[in-house]
Amino acid sequence: MVQNSPASTAGDTPRAAGRITRVNGPIVEARGMAGAGMLEVVEVSELRLIGEIIRVRDDVATIQVYEDTSGLKPGEPVFGTGMPLSVRLGPGLLGNIYDGIQRPLAQIMRHSGHYIRRGEKVPPLDATKQWGFEPLVKPGDAASPGQVFGRTQETQSVEHRLMLPPDVRGTVVEVAPAGDYNIDDVVCRVETGHGETISVTMAVDWPVRRQRPSTRRIAMDTPLVTGQRVVDTFFPIAMGGTAAIPGGFGTGKTMTQHALAKWSAARIIVYIGCGERGNEMTEVLREFPELIDPRSGRSLMERTILIANTSNMPVAAREVSIYTGITIAEYYRDMGYDVAVMADSTSRWAEALRELSGRLEEMPADEGFPAYLPTRLAEFYERGGKVRTLNGREGSVSVIGAVSPPGGDFSEPVTQHTSRFIRCFWALDRELANARHYPAISWLNSYSEYLDDIQGWWQQQDPAWREWRDALMEILQDEVKLQRVAKLVGPDALPEQQRLVLFIAETIKNAFLQQNSFDEVDMYCPPEKQVQMLRVLTQLFRRSRDLIRRGGTLADIRELPCMNRIVRMKSAVPNDQVDQLRELFERLNREFDEAERRLA
Amino acid sequence: MQDVGLEYCGLRQIDGPLLFLDGLKGVSFDEVVEITAPGGEQRLGQVLEVTEDAAVVQVFAGTTGLSNAGTRVRFTGKGLTIPVGRQTLGRVFDGLGRPKDDLPPVLSSVRLDVNGAPINPYAREYPRDFIQTGITSIDLMNSLVRGQKLPIFSGNGMPHNRIAAQITRQARLLDRDVSFAIVFAAMGVKYDVARFFIDSFEQSGVLGDVVMYLSLADDPSVERLVTPRAALTCAEYLAFEENMHVLVILTDMTNYCEALREIATARNEIPSRKGYPGYLYSDLAGLYERAGRVQGREGSITQVPILTMPSDDISHPVPDLTGYITEGQIVLDRELFQRGIYPPVAGLPSLSRLMKDGIGKGRTRDDHPHVASQLFAAYSHVKDIRALAAVIGEEELSPLDKLYMKFGEQFERTVISQAEFEDRSIQQSLELGWEALRILPRSELYRVTEEELSQFYDVKNGVADAAPPADPPGAG
Ligand SMILES: Nc1ncnc2c1ncn2[C@@H]1O[C@H](COP(=O)(O)OP(=O)(O)OP(=O)(O)O)[C@@H](O)[C@H]1O
Ligand SMILES: [Mg+2]
Repeated sequence: MVQNSPASTAGDTPRAAGRITRVNGPIVEARGMAGAGMLEVVEVSELRLIGEIIRVRDDVATIQVYEDTSGLKPGEPVFGTGMPLSVRLGPGLLGNIYDGIQRPLAQIMRHSGHYIRRGEKVPPLDATKQWGFEPLVKPGDAASPGQVFGRTQETQSVEHRLMLPPDVRGTVVEVAPAGDYNIDDVVCRVETGHGETISVTMAVDWPVRRQRPSTRRIAMDTPLVTGQRVVDTFFPIAMGGTAAIPGGFGTGKTMTQHALAKWSAARIIVYIGCGERGNEMTEVLREFPELIDPRSGRSLMERTILIANTSNMPVAAREVSIYTGITIAEYYRDMGYDVAVMADSTSRWAEALRELSGRLEEMPADEGFPAYLPTRLAEFYERGGKVRTLNGREGSVSVIGAVSPPGGDFSEPVTQHTSRFIRCFWALDRELANARHYPAISWLNSYSEYLDDIQGWWQQQDPAWREWRDALMEILQDEVKLQRVAKLVGPDALPEQQRLVLFIAETIKNAFLQQNSFDEVDMYCPPEKQVQMLRVLTQLFRRSRDLIRRGGTLADIRELPCMNRIVRMKSAVPNDQVDQLRELFERLNREFDEAERRLA
Repeated sequence: MQDVGLEYCGLRQIDGPLLFLDGLKGVSFDEVVEITAPGGEQRLGQVLEVTEDAAVVQVFAGTTGLSNAGTRVRFTGKGLTIPVGRQTLGRVFDGLGRPKDDLPPVLSSVRLDVNGAPINPYAREYPRDFIQTGITSIDLMNSLVRGQKLPIFSGNGMPHNRIAAQITRQARLLDRDVSFAIVFAAMGVKYDVARFFIDSFEQSGVLGDVVMYLSLADDPSVERLVTPRAALTCAEYLAFEENMHVLVILTDMTNYCEALREIATARNEIPSRKGYPGYLYSDLAGLYERAGRVQGREGSITQVPILTMPSDDISHPVPDLTGYITEGQIVLDRELFQRGIYPPVAGLPSLSRLMKDGIGKGRTRDDHPHVASQLFAAYSHVKDIRALAAVIGEEELSPLDKLYMKFGEQFERTVISQAEFEDRSIQQSLELGWEALRILPRSELYRVTEEELSQFYDVKNGVADAAPPADPPGAG
């Protein structure tokens, strides 16, 4: 087998280089490292703990170690690998769960039981597994960077498109015939212009801190439909967009991320549990295989990859976990897929950065965070986007990051810096969460800059979509002002039209904004249903306003039999019987006609 | 050549709880050291940082009485370990896991490092067995499940200890008759608190199933860093090797965090909020995540950490970071407490995140999730109306709002409030919930289904005379 990628570590024996001189938690210093490069992966002590060089000064290297360093001593050896920290990309990623440095947790359990021990070395992809390879090129074909030269069915719902490395150009000289191969078998050979022959397998290594190249960015004009009404209708995210979910503890960041991982219209989901709870990952592992993707009709786990570096796992690996996740996402994007990355929580990542920076005795900026925090955040969110891939396809990476501000106070550095680099802000509100109004996404403090970009898509569902959406939004905004008055004089002192606004706003909250993730039906709301619900509510408001103008009262409206239906429509109307909402709309009109007749 | 077991004489510097040594060789990170004071007294410490010839050591018993010249330090080459096993049941240990009950040392062939190792998330089993605590505000509104970590956020003077004792006394599973072993860790609390728990365990006759690790208020503060770790190491062994169901009470986590802050300050680390180190979150997670269930093992660890919120401030770093790690929180409310309501469990900020999978059909009762959700919604509305009533006066409220006021009163007096020795079944708790809901008109209850309304709301409504008839048929 021939080495085909610059970052491959397969088969290398690390060379002994330096000796440990200092140990301070996850930060280790070693001398005799003159030959080592910045960001090179090293193995520390005879336990061969994985680390990465983050600073080189003369022959002293500072290393962040991805495993517990207890028991390490000065004088112990450090081995270089000559390689940057990389992930292994190829068939077999889907459905897997990895730690922050892409070690497969299922295999680790098989080796060492319930606890994660140090020095585990398990390859990320199963090298013995045979994949059905189907060539898409033939000898003599021109070979271009990123070109799809073959494919294999990775899961029932996802075809894995095998791509040439981005730096390869030339002529295909050999392709394996269709058949079963493992990821280390050479399946294609390309002769480059310089007379060199490159052998290509089904797997490739890619340095996690380097963005994978694409041809160019393209406009984002499709929403990433999430099935969550407050998101899709009020604060939509575009396919390839970036969003942040800030909120204090228990306000619903993880539930929202899980809902999006389950129901959003992306083809591939990369879910990064970054410094959060072990049980939340277990929950995904337990639940996803049983849930059916409404689009492919297959198990959700078939399109999902989990990266779990929970809060009790080593902090340096937490720092790298989000890069591991986003690199995998870019890889599937390059195949022409729409990928969504959830990172829960980016604050824990920032804290890992802070802890490591503190141990390096760097100058702190805001609240102890290093001065390069905003740069790192920008780099991360920049890896999202919709692109024309090297092979001419369209693919996207949408990035949704949870933010956990201390004390729920959004003025802290991570929330503040993040909001500069994202275009969709779903602010979770403590009051709403306490009142069990879920999702607790505030309609006053949230925003989406994608609304204008994607409204065309919704207008194809119904041309009046934007008008209805804006009408309901206006009611919600008006309510706030009226509430201020009502809190002083009591709502009954307000004129009937204003009380109507309060009543409709309440109805919008209960019937539309609230969406219980545990409700069999309402956990997912398809776009057609959202549009019809929107239509019913807008009509309810308009007809009510007219009725009151003609002398009707709020009490008349409350008593209409259709009201009970409207409040329960989200879960009483099955998702595949949206026509019932058209009937409800007609019924509402009839009841109002009747009420008007009574008044006249 | 290793210096393991070798003794060094003399220190370079003593600073707060830290010793700085140089001229060393072969010291490893995190290892335990034995320190002999000039007077011959022995203390334990641990290496926090090591370079080629120097080390920083934290001394658990504090550095009072040590001097640069006469102090001897022996490096053991090992991490801090404690003996574990069934033999620990019924025993009392100090904050570092040494016997404190005048009984001989624990005879166990197994000693484990107190730091433990992270549980592989893949190996976890999702917790979903409802624990009936007999306390309505928990069982009905914030249910606890086996393997959950559910802290009590309290304040000075509030009855968190009584609630924790009531939980340990009454906790049981619905379908099986399995009892809990209890691991109790005290950090910086007064002797009376420990005494209160010991008495309470004794009264309920469970003392033989309790393991205690006590680092009391007059014990050296740094040793508190080890106490919860020792307790959890013991609990992990009982749960995952001996297949027992273990309930761990950790009190008071605020004192633990203060000890951590003390070390961080002594090391001149850059603080984050209120002087606490930036790694407080990770450090606490290293404790709280040692709860749960794992595949293929019968046992479980359920954690009820207790913490007092300085000035009742829930946004203080200790409750804040705890809430970010645990699976919900039981928040005690000063106002309810002042009004004499026991247990003063705050209705809205309390939350159990694992409740959803532990209750309802086939677990507690089908209507449980909806009843809880409806109670929360109605009670939150009560809060708004009370605020309004405070401005415009109660008489000015609309008839509906008056019903809400009445509901709020009944909810607090009969659903939340109960006696310290009252053990309510979940059916009783649900019935109390419905009773309160019946005060409200039917049309207000949109979080419960029509079927649930006809089964639980209508039936008794004709009989009950308290509530006015709601929505008489044929109106309009
Ligand atoms: N859409 C929803 N439907 C129903 N319940 C919800 C929803 N969102 C949140 N909840 C409730 O709120 C609880 C807390 O939500 P979640 O775990 O997502 O909070 P979080 O913001 O991630 O908190 P932390 O920062 O501590 O991780 C959940 O356990 C659930 O009970
Ligand atoms: Mg969360």
